[in-house]
Amino acid sequence: MTAVFSDPGDAVAGIADGSTVLIGGFGMAGMPVQLIDALIRQGATGLTVVSNNAGNGDTGLAALLAAGRVRKMICSFPRQSDSWVFDGLYRSGKIELEVVPQGTLAERMRAAGAGIGAFYCPTGVGTPLAEGKETRTIDGRDHVLEYPIKGDVVLIAAHAGDRMGNLVYRKTARNFGPVMATAAALTIAQVHHVVETGELDPEAVVTPCIYVDRILDLNAKEATP
Amino acid sequence: MNSAVKTVEHLGRGPLGRDELAALVARDIPPGSFVNLGIGQPTTVADHLPAGSGVVLHTENGMLGMGPAAHGDEIDPDLTNAGKMPVTELPGASYFHHADSFAMMRGGHLDVCVLGAFQVSGRGDLANWHTGAPDAIPAVGGAMDLATGAKQVFVMMTLFAKDGTPKLVPECTYPLTGLACVSRVYTDLAVFHIDRGGVTVVETYGTSAAELASRLEIAVRTLDREP
Repeated sequence: MTAVFSDPGDAVAGIADGSTVLIGGFGMAGMPVQLIDALIRQGATGLTVVSNNAGNGDTGLAALLAAGRVRKMICSFPRQSDSWVFDGLYRSGKIELEVVPQGTLAERMRAAGAGIGAFYCPTGVGTPLAEGKETRTIDGRDHVLEYPIKGDVVLIAAHAGDRMGNLVYRKTARNFGPVMATAAALTIAQVHHVVETGELDPEAVVTPCIYVDRILDLNAKEATP
Repeated sequence: MNSAVKTVEHLGRGPLGRDELAALVARDIPPGSFVNLGIGQPTTVADHLPAGSGVVLHTENGMLGMGPAAHGDEIDPDLTNAGKMPVTELPGASYFHHADSFAMMRGGHLDVCVLGAFQVSGRGDLANWHTGAPDAIPAVGGAMDLATGAKQVFVMMTLFAKDGTPKLVPECTYPLTGLACVSRVYTDLAVFHIDRGGVTVVETYGTSAAELASRLEIAVRTLDREP
């Protein structure tokens, strides 16, 4: 049963210290900024965060990093023109980093959500990112063994949701949302508005409600005086 | 695609400018291809694709049918390219999540990707993600997935680094992105094809094949069959 919240604090209640948190978004597109801000206020610390980037500017994931709540980042592309918060933490040895090829990052989370124990993948063969990993030649091509990344909590942004928890996304803001939604024990999605059950075209639902535990209705928050 | 039988030496001119290089890559992308253009200089290839080429651009953050950069009122924070710049959508565009986007790539469905490089080896090994410098923050993004997954990998780069050392090398000294994955190298001075037989100079700009060969540390063949 999916719960719909209008208060961001209620939506992130109970996230424990030391959790692995999967955070959606590619840059700022699809980043669940309101949920991240609520997580900062909630106070959980010692987190392992899995996200494509390691924060942009000073908001969203960058703010969580700046608040000192993240012990380890697992991402594909931490270094960007506006990743000064992460850069500073990394260079001063205050954060651990695991770099994963972008497609492997997505597939490791997909595997976690799909109950796959591990998979052989050709990406990264012969590179530093395959060092220490089991390899196997399949059909004449070398592959490395990659393990799932399972989260304790997922924070994603979708465009709209219904009261049952079905989600639709908008344009490239979809990015990691549908994959991450499947890959954790507790999936929390912020949406621009919640519609009544039955109002989303079933053919157009991208994330079915079975994956979604909590929805933060941003429209309801804005409507509250 | 360019099916040269004889190396063409463009001697009465200087090296290719950045725009000319992008136009040359665009010329060699077969009509109707599904193509991913890497961040930076490869992105400019899109500006030179002929109208009606039928080339469909893939962006790894989850879209086929990407249009040109967005300006003014067109800018939509939910619609960006892999470089996180605002873009537009063309008729027939589609959106998909990241695992699908990379399955498309890894599964061998993309015809061509165009990437920048620090170094390419004579076997087609690619180094383009990390200098290995102790103070550099490693960031790979989709480079390894693209290098491994696309049917053909084209590289765009200058042939020589700022310090004068060649970037087409016997062995990459920078950390690798992918093994034996590059099939063509487009540079300011020459276009090279790489296959199991080695490196072939297909065209030169502002220099001769013989002069180039003397400046490189790898063996390069020329094509000498009369058309």
